[in-house]
Amino acid sequence: MSADAAKATPAQGRLSDSAREAVSKYGLIGVLLALPLYLAITDLASTGTLTDLGNNLVLGLSNGAIFALIALGYTLVYGIIELINFAHGDVFMIGSFVAFGLWGNFGLQEGMGAAGLVLGLLVAMLVAMLVCGVLNVMIERVAYKPLRNAPRLAPLITAIGFSFILQNVGVLWLGSSPISVPDLVNQGNVLLNIGGVTIHNGDVLAVAVTAPLVILLTSFISRSRLGKAMRATAQDPDAARLMGINVNTTISLTFLLGGMLAGAAGLVNLLYQTSVWYFQGFTAGLIAFTAAVMGGIGNLKGAVLGGLIIGCIQQIADNRIGAEWTTAVVFGYLVLIMVFRPQGLLGEVTREAG
Amino acid sequence: MSGVEQFVKDHRNLVTATVCLIAAAVLPLFFDPLSSITDNFITAGAYVVMALGLNIVVGFAGLLDLGYVAFYAFGAYTVGWFASDHFSSVNGEKGIHVLAGEFASSLPGIHLNFLLVMLLAVVIVGIAGMLIGLPTLRLRGDYIAIVTLAFGEIIYRFAVNGDEISVVDGYKLTNGRQAIAPVDAIDLPGFAGFDSAFNLRPYFWFVLVLVALVLLVNFRLRDSRLGRAWIAVREDEVAAASMGVPLVKTKLLAYATGAAFGGISGAFLGSYQASVQADQFKFGFSIFVLAMIILGGLGSIWGVVLGAILLSFINTYFIPEVFNSVPRSLGLDFDLTVLNFGIFGFLILLVMVLRPQGLLPERRRAMELTEGAGVDDSIDVKVP
Repeated sequence: MSADAAKATPAQGRLSDSAREAVSKYGLIGVLLALPLYLAITDLASTGTLTDLGNNLVLGLSNGAIFALIALGYTLVYGIIELINFAHGDVFMIGSFVAFGLWGNFGLQEGMGAAGLVLGLLVAMLVAMLVCGVLNVMIERVAYKPLRNAPRLAPLITAIGFSFILQNVGVLWLGSSPISVPDLVNQGNVLLNIGGVTIHNGDVLAVAVTAPLVILLTSFISRSRLGKAMRATAQDPDAARLMGINVNTTISLTFLLGGMLAGAAGLVNLLYQTSVWYFQGFTAGLIAFTAAVMGGIGNLKGAVLGGLIIGCIQQIADNRIGAEWTTAVVFGYLVLIMVFRPQGLLGEVTREAG
Repeated sequence: MSGVEQFVKDHRNLVTATVCLIAAAVLPLFFDPLSSITDNFITAGAYVVMALGLNIVVGFAGLLDLGYVAFYAFGAYTVGWFASDHFSSVNGEKGIHVLAGEFASSLPGIHLNFLLVMLLAVVIVGIAGMLIGLPTLRLRGDYIAIVTLAFGEIIYRFAVNGDEISVVDGYKLTNGRQAIAPVDAIDLPGFAGFDSAFNLRPYFWFVLVLVALVLLVNFRLRDSRLGRAWIAVREDEVAAASMGVPLVKTKLLAYATGAAFGGISGAFLGSYQASVQADQFKFGFSIFVLAMIILGGLGSIWGVVLGAILLSFINTYFIPEVFNSVPRSLGLDFDLTVLNFGIFGFLILLVMVLRPQGLLPERRRAMELTEGAGVDDSIDVKVP
């Protein structure tokens, strides 16, 4: 959200600076494109079509939409208090759990009428969003607010502590192995087939839920009074306070919004993956964090862009390299970005990035 | 003031250490040679070594390392590679033996004496520490945490999937979840008592010697020029640099030293448990070690020792043996062991919020933390 301020071009910067900037930015883009390009060439050489890669990318984009929702939560919070909310991935997991619990209560099952299904899912999503939003605010009150004067690393450590607590809540709730859930939207059903590239129900659903939420969020932050307060606090908390903004409320609001997006992502993930597991939040959280960093942490558009890119990388790694290596590949990218372009694709240079 | 009193006053740490170590040394004599309490103490000792290593990186130099488990893994795999029959057909199936024990000398594979393995582990893990530290040099604060976490996860992935990777001659890198086993027992020249099937006491004394050495190194380092440089970097990197502290060298040495301790401990644990299995190297373990030093007090050597022993016993004794059935007796359908990481997370949270300086705080750190305590709640946002 500090994107507007950050867009300030490196005015009158020396030529070498802008050259370095360009090298690091396009270098990153090049590194990101290397894997798909390599696969495209080998595919063309061996099978003569790009269908496999196209399918990977479709799945990648829809998966990436879910990561984007989670990444927005990281980036919102980082933008305002410069904290990596390590427990965010687990809030997303709780969102899935809440939604799954509600399905049982509502009696949602495979093959039921569309009207009831849509209504049920909508209510489940709203409740999951609310629960996750409130949970996130509560985490901030308990684990981060008392530590605002402590050394910077203190809240990061409590965030990790909270992450473990939430994971164990998940273990107690649904046990320690993945559970498969009813495939309510028939997510594997092929909706469209464009020259061999298939688009499934799940892909459409993921994008259909994510896109409106992202648009709502960005317009809330850029138009509304509270959104303006959020941007002001992100830029300079002290000045914002002097202008009469209640900083604590604004921070709580940020956590609420982040948590709500995570809750929505939880429901979409449930429909998309048709399984639920206490550990899903840890992995998805770290991947989404990578997405936020890739886009430029603190930058909303960056988070969405990063989410979509990381979704594609994850799918390609899953299908071409082997699912057991996916986290290693994603983290490899994370390290590369952190080291060579810590400000990401769209972000500004932060203090951390030095 | 008498001479003795003066001596005690001047050498408080030395006296405390001597008394504690002597008291600890006679401890196993009160238990059965195969007592599980002794076993717990041995594990605790290994964790003390590990926690003291992490304390150098996080406590002294202020570099939050969330991938410390990687060094445990490197240390353990050093034993796995160089003191087992993993490379079973080297040297025409006769094996390579360097000062190996009587039994190990008859086995195929590479078998080095444990002391050599430990030296090797120090070198390998120290280099690994520097290599992992290198990319983080330009970064600060939470970005370091994330990069080290990423490295920890990548190395865990290599450990788990290492059975798919062939190194020279078709040998696997690791055995993944199958574990490299059996690993040679410790074999000291002229002492044949290391057999965990009969007597655990020699292991206990061995780990006690390790703890004593590591404590000595820790105190000497902390009070050395390097130690002061670490603390200066932790307090204020820019100020330290402008006073002439070489940042790159100082930080890399912190990573290397901290890692080396993790490697020593990993090598010991690998040999003691006689197997090296990939699932020991999960992210949770990094946090487990981090919780020890937070509980005890970041940067405080005695605090870290206390924290490591406490958490180790919570993990190996109190949760599984004493309180495990508590939820069931309350009518809840689970064992407490399911929740051990949640309990550690809760402890970290509690300590960090209520007593951030830890149980036995370091004086400087305690001052640093209480400085801001009087500040009015209404101006509580940290300005970047």
